[in-house]
Amino acid sequence: MKAEAAGPLADGAMISVRDLRKTFVTPAAKVAALAGVDLDIRKGDIFGIVGFSGSGKSTLLRCINLLERPDSGTVRMEGKETTTLDRRQLGALRQKVGMIFQHFHLFDARTVADNIAYPLEIAKVGRKRIAARVEELASLVGIADKLKAYPGQLSGGQKQRVAIARALANDPIVLLSDEATSALDPETTWSILQLLKDINVNTGLTIAFVTHELDVVRVLCNRVAVLEAGRVMEKGEVGQVFHNPRSLAGKRLVEISRGFREGSLYTDGGGI
Amino acid sequence: MNQLVDMLLTGLEDTLYMTFLSAAIGLAIGLPLGAILTITSKGHALESPRLNRTLGAVVNMGRSFPSLILIILLLPLSRLIVGTTLGPTAALVPLSVEMAPFIGRITENAFKEVEKGKIEAALAMGTGPWAMVCKILVPEALPSLVRGVTLILISTLGLTAIAGCIGAGGLGSLAIRYGYQRFRTDIMFATVSLLILLVTAIQLTGNRVARRIGRRRHVYE
Repeated sequence: MKAEAAGPLADGAMISVRDLRKTFVTPAAKVAALAGVDLDIRKGDIFGIVGFSGSGKSTLLRCINLLERPDSGTVRMEGKETTTLDRRQLGALRQKVGMIFQHFHLFDARTVADNIAYPLEIAKVGRKRIAARVEELASLVGIADKLKAYPGQLSGGQKQRVAIARALANDPIVLLSDEATSALDPETTWSILQLLKDINVNTGLTIAFVTHELDVVRVLCNRVAVLEAGRVMEKGEVGQVFHNPRSLAGKRLVEISRGFREGSLYTDGGGI
Repeated sequence: MNQLVDMLLTGLEDTLYMTFLSAAIGLAIGLPLGAILTITSKGHALESPRLNRTLGAVVNMGRSFPSLILIILLLPLSRLIVGTTLGPTAALVPLSVEMAPFIGRITENAFKEVEKGKIEAALAMGTGPWAMVCKILVPEALPSLVRGVTLILISTLGLTAIAGCIGAGGLGSLAIRYGYQRFRTDIMFATVSLLILLVTAIQLTGNRVARRIGRRRHVYE
């Protein structure tokens, strides 16, 4: 099989990506969003995927649940190849992979309770069990008093809490987060990070967290990969990558983050 | 005078009958058409470029006939289904067939207005084609759909007048037979006034319903 030839499966890997490639063809140019990515996310990891804009980090995440079709390469989830699944199998897999977004993408036509219930409806869970599960999730994410509200009545932080509850409804094996805190203010970001961390500690949920905010990775993640130009420049434990970045991309990211904190910023010998 | 009122009332009744029933039949064909056009498009729940192109071509073909010509061409079909080519019931057949592709496009437009992110979120949760239409597209696009239905009803109303030229009855037929051909300015004036009232009523109701749905969801445009 193709998957076997691509490389050995790391021990305990929840998500295993091998030589993933994706090129976007636009009228102006061909853009290689992913140029051969290898990555292993272990069970229970909160795995940060960082990089500047256009580094391919979102594309990588979207290839994991195949919202984006990779041109070549393999993605395995719990050892099972996903890129060869047919439409129905893919639907079944996606029911077990939660996803949250920068702009939440709640359904405006549904109340908070019905938003959280949606994945369960799709999975044909009975009405009574849905009601119980919705209550449970709402209190887990701290929006139990908003169940009858519509998304249009909520603040950004509350919306993201609903989105997290919705993503967790079906007991996913993985949570994919695409810039989930990037549209939130620092305080709200902090509370969402605490929530995700608690969930990870209490349930062992594996989280893949795409962001351009380095501080978020520092607080939340245990492991991290730095992406640039569609390649993984560096990956490892968060502490190691932050204190001693080996790649140029890693160094630039860390320097910029430090520079902001110290109130001055120098890149390539010039000051901003 | 009484006779005139009777005539206008019958005309009004026929017009309403034709408008609402053929719009309803047109919706029964057009809504699924619009739904299929949407979910077979790129990156959607039932992506299928070939089906999408074929259906798109059929819709375009249906829409390229001038209304009067299409109505005439469909008269044999009326005879086959209804048994006659005269009267409001016979007109239902060509009217709904004429409206269906238009309704398909309007529905498609309403569905495509649903934020792409919501569609992706739904796909990421494993939503299949059927649930995509019933649980996501229709509810999320409901205000646009209501505004679409308003547009459809008014277009159908206009079309009944054209069908009136060739024996469908209704207000349009009165305006042509009496107002135009017999120079009865009073009848022309009365029918046109009635049509203006109808259009206004439909439009206002549509706007109101759409706004009310939006308000309930706390979505303001």
